[in-house]
Amino acid sequence: MKLSKHGYFYLIWMAIFIAIPLFMVAYLAFTSGDSQSISLANFSLENFKRFFTPMYLEVLKKSIQLAFISTIICFLLGYPVAYIISKAKLKNRNILILLFVIPMWMNFLLRTYAWLTLLGKNGIINLLITKLGFQPLDLLYNDTAVLLGMVYNFLPFMVLPIFSVLTKMDNSLIEASWDLGANKLKTFLKVIFPLSLPGVLSGVTMVFIPAVSTFVISSLLGGNKTYLIGNLIEQQFRYTGDWHFGSAMSIILMVFILISMALTSKFDKDKEGDVSGLW
Amino acid sequence: MAKVHTIDLINLSKKFGEDLVLDNMNLYIRQNEFLTLLGPSGCGKTTTLRIIGGFENPTEGKVVFEGNDITGLPPYLRQINTVFQRYALFPHLNVFENIAFGLKIKKKSNEEIKKKVTQMLELVNLAGFEKRNIESLSGGQQQRIAIARALVNEPKVLLLDEPLGALDLKLRKEMQIELKKMQQSVGITFIYVTHDQEEALTMSDTVVVMDKGKIQQIGTPIDIYNEPQNRFVAQFIGESNILDGIMEKDFKVWFLSKEFICVDKGFDKDEKVDVVIRPEDVEIVEEDKAQLMGIVKNVLFKGVHYEMEVQTNDYTWKIHSTIMKDAGSYVGLRIVPDNIHVMRKEK
Repeated sequence: MKLSKHGYFYLIWMAIFIAIPLFMVAYLAFTSGDSQSISLANFSLENFKRFFTPMYLEVLKKSIQLAFISTIICFLLGYPVAYIISKAKLKNRNILILLFVIPMWMNFLLRTYAWLTLLGKNGIINLLITKLGFQPLDLLYNDTAVLLGMVYNFLPFMVLPIFSVLTKMDNSLIEASWDLGANKLKTFLKVIFPLSLPGVLSGVTMVFIPAVSTFVISSLLGGNKTYLIGNLIEQQFRYTGDWHFGSAMSIILMVFILISMALTSKFDKDKEGDVSGLW
Repeated sequence: MAKVHTIDLINLSKKFGEDLVLDNMNLYIRQNEFLTLLGPSGCGKTTTLRIIGGFENPTEGKVVFEGNDITGLPPYLRQINTVFQRYALFPHLNVFENIAFGLKIKKKSNEEIKKKVTQMLELVNLAGFEKRNIESLSGGQQQRIAIARALVNEPKVLLLDEPLGALDLKLRKEMQIELKKMQQSVGITFIYVTHDQEEALTMSDTVVVMDKGKIQQIGTPIDIYNEPQNRFVAQFIGESNILDGIMEKDFKVWFLSKEFICVDKGFDKDEKVDVVIRPEDVEIVEEDKAQLMGIVKNVLFKGVHYEMEVQTNDYTWKIHSTIMKDAGSYVGLRIVPDNIHVMRKEK
């Protein structure tokens, strides 16, 4: 294999920032012992065995469930938005997409904290409800709040790739469909939607992966009620100090994401599930 | 009562913002006619086609299809199909699915769809291509699939928007002949848009020459070539020598400081005119028979004829001749009255 000068640089970069850390995670996952003395660790499948018990599997199931639902909501909200923006006049289109992107320039934590003040017991929404003479609601620290946080934070990642595919679509294909007798609805179902699938796939990937592994959203908006696999991993590294078990869970999550991505890309005939054109 | 035309365009105008793209156009198209809209880019020919197809609405005027006003009717309700400039085949469907698209929309039975698609593939010489991916086809093959996809719906009118523009010269010539054959065998009206005058002359029953949103001339290819109605048509169709002249009286025209006999009449006395003479209509003759004398500036061999430039006192003539003359030789030129075309100057 021949590589240019930049090629070697990239290879070194990959080794330092991808291969070595990944290898370390794998090494930790398949060993047991004291995290502080890595060199003395022994090969062991103990960490994996420990994970496949009902308590931990329940956490994984819940993580996948919430990530799955939030991905679907993002798709249902995001597709029409992307479609409407892509049909707008060029001048308005840029403004609309900018409006969508601007919140992403703000700090992620800050945006999530903002929901605390909105949803809290004495938050703005409950303030309005009590003003109207109703009992305050428990809006915070439940699955719905976590879902809301996920959808809010990850929606742009669904909208942008779909928007990108829709704007690049050759308009003569749509005209050809009309020409052959398909009305607007049939044209959407038979031409526009199938051709936008690569964008949908990118969007699904870009929402599902961060949603399934998040720990910030769940700990801020879910409190201790919604405990996700991300929280579990964080706990092992930050509090419990069991790097072996944490690494094993990371590997399991990674394998799981790989499987679900492989399944999703099966739906895409052309395997164009990249995010090209956007970044 | 006269027979109903397949399509009538009545006082059609189209504005894009402030741009007047079509200026009060009137045209009728008969059944089974191969009609070509010919003109340089920006002349309004594609806009006309898109209005007939229903992809654009005219700013003013009407489109009438077999006696019924169809202005404003969306494309999917018109019995018209289109072959698009870049084919516009659906990349997510294979060849069979592309051709079957229109039939499936119309909810035809599977057997009927299969039968018709197979027939169409035979018509366009691509039998056995059903399962092929669109991207695996060459430009010429995609072209044929696009034609098959349109024709399978048995439209009354087929619109073709520069369908051969992306093909190389040899393939283009083959497809010209094939398209003409197809049109004759399926017996439907073809409306063809091109900027290639040779293509227009080869295939059409009727040629409509357009410029600046207006029809310049309508006629058979022979009429258009032999009797151009104005300077633009003469210049656009084939090559021409165009000279400034003065019409002294009927059958007498004065140009290059000489009097010539012609076959035109009905002009004002001493009216300023354009005189058009085709390069192949200038004969090279001996000095004693010549009307003009000139020096050959250069000669190109073109296979059937020689293409030369001959300099006379005030004008450089384009001449096509089968007689070979070396550059620099002194030659006589003659033009018979029948080949001198006199036309009014445009205002």
